[in-house]
Amino acid sequence: MIKAPEFAKISRIVPETPTVKTFYLEKELNGIPGQFVMLWLPGVDEKPFSVSQFGKQIAVSIQKKGKFTEKCFELKECDSIGVRGPFGKGFSIAGVKKAIVIGGGCGTAAVAGLPKMLKEQNIKFVSITGARTKEELFSQKNFQNFGELIECTDDGSFGKKGFVTEALKEMLAKEKFDCVMACGPEAMLLNVFKTCEANSTQCQLSLERFMKCGLGVCAQCVIDDQLVCKDGPVFNSEKMRKLSEFGKFARLKSGEKVELKEYYAWRQK
Amino acid sequence: MGNIINASLAGVELKTPTILASGFLGVNSGILKRAAECGAGAVTTKSIGFEKRDGHNNPTVFELEAGTGLINAVGLPTPGFRNMEEEWLELKECKVPVIASIFGASVQEFVEVAEFVAGKKPAMIELNISCPNSKSHGQLFGTSKEASFEVTSAVKNVIGKIPLMPKLSPQALNIAEIGKACEEAGADALCAINTLGPGMVINIEARKPVLHYKTGGLSGPAIKPIAVRCVWQLFESVKIPILGLGGITNGRDAVEIIQAGASAVGVGTAIHYNGIEAFGKINSELEDWMQANGFSSIEKLRGIAHD
Repeated sequence: MIKAPEFAKISRIVPETPTVKTFYLEKELNGIPGQFVMLWLPGVDEKPFSVSQFGKQIAVSIQKKGKFTEKCFELKECDSIGVRGPFGKGFSIAGVKKAIVIGGGCGTAAVAGLPKMLKEQNIKFVSITGARTKEELFSQKNFQNFGELIECTDDGSFGKKGFVTEALKEMLAKEKFDCVMACGPEAMLLNVFKTCEANSTQCQLSLERFMKCGLGVCAQCVIDDQLVCKDGPVFNSEKMRKLSEFGKFARLKSGEKVELKEYYAWRQK
Repeated sequence: MGNIINASLAGVELKTPTILASGFLGVNSGILKRAAECGAGAVTTKSIGFEKRDGHNNPTVFELEAGTGLINAVGLPTPGFRNMEEEWLELKECKVPVIASIFGASVQEFVEVAEFVAGKKPAMIELNISCPNSKSHGQLFGTSKEASFEVTSAVKNVIGKIPLMPKLSPQALNIAEIGKACEEAGADALCAINTLGPGMVINIEARKPVLHYKTGGLSGPAIKPIAVRCVWQLFESVKIPILGLGGITNGRDAVEIIQAGASAVGVGTAIHYNGIEAFGKINSELEDWMQANGFSSIEKLRGIAHD
């Protein structure tokens, strides 16, 4: 666990899609899939990112969609970046015997470390990843190396045509699963949650909110009475049922509560 | 029947003496209610300002080495006082007293925010005249006797019977004088201390200060001796009650600052170390200590270290 940001050398940068790159950092960190680190560019900002691989090196997949990530994309191998963490609660495998792992869009990065862990623990699982188009699917090896992967595209340019939730519904109709573990856009997560509830299947969902401290003290990322940075980012069904703001509201940098649509428009800036 | 850790601050009755410090958690009613459920005797909103403010970029907060505390420059983010109707409505259901913390860049701003906030009937209003993380707010007031008097009396005039509590800066050359000036201006209680600083941490590999704002306030165990000294000096100088805070992490810390003169105890950085459960932990350790040492009330313990 790194408390104050430490500088880490970027050993490798792998382009994944036109807008996603995976950065490998020379910093030994152990953690659980679903946990995150804060990445710091001095003079610019510091932002939370899921870690798709812990160990002697850590891997972080970054989607270019704002000022900070644009600066990240200017970094080259051998450059350095500040890192601290890991923070938050990751996915829990306690009591899970048969799981479905779902990653939608850049949310795929937050579940990309799960297949390896599930395989090592002898937990049966199937993975589903989804993106708008073929070229936006990524991280396939993190899933395929450890189990079955179903890929979906909105436009049908690869794999199954349609949303990941349609593949999930079909799967739950055929077989019984213990737990669905997912990360993706909130609209997708809302559908995953509703599908799981309708099928009496437990789920663990990784949520996203604008974050400041990352430590559970400032509450900038609060949803109802839960801190995404400390109580989450992964929340189970029991907690999800109590979140009245999930799928509806989020907070801007000032703390002002707005509808998700306005929040996402602001996050793109 | 009362409990030995019941407390009272400027007429506000508290089931426990631990109060959520301003700046920590208080973004919405949901998290404030959770702090109350975890044992906070009262909760304080994040400081509410005149206009919408984003605060500073990250890093805004990080942990210092070896359990000494946190350094922060969050920079007073606020939706602005006109933009919080929903929170006010929901805070009415809070089971413990709610203290509204306010700040402004001028006496006029303080007055406008205070007048509006008073209409929402909080249990108390905290005047943040001591934040070190903004150029034009806070510390500017809290380190001057005259400015502290002026803003306190101006706000007191527009908030009716709601108790007023300025939050003081440990940077004041003579905190006892500032406290006295606030008391003379009509303050009903004092809150001491805000974060210490500003301080700075440089990452030597990056060759840059870590906080985006470059400087920030120190909180946590390392500043506790300064908090205890400030409360001690205020206790000798004023008659109004004192909310003591600065590095209070366990029951013994609470006993110490109460012995220095505090009527109630603020809790902030302890939340980083022990989660929101920090309140319950401090409460039960305080109660155990009082029982073991024969104290039947906070009032009897208060200021006992003075001659």
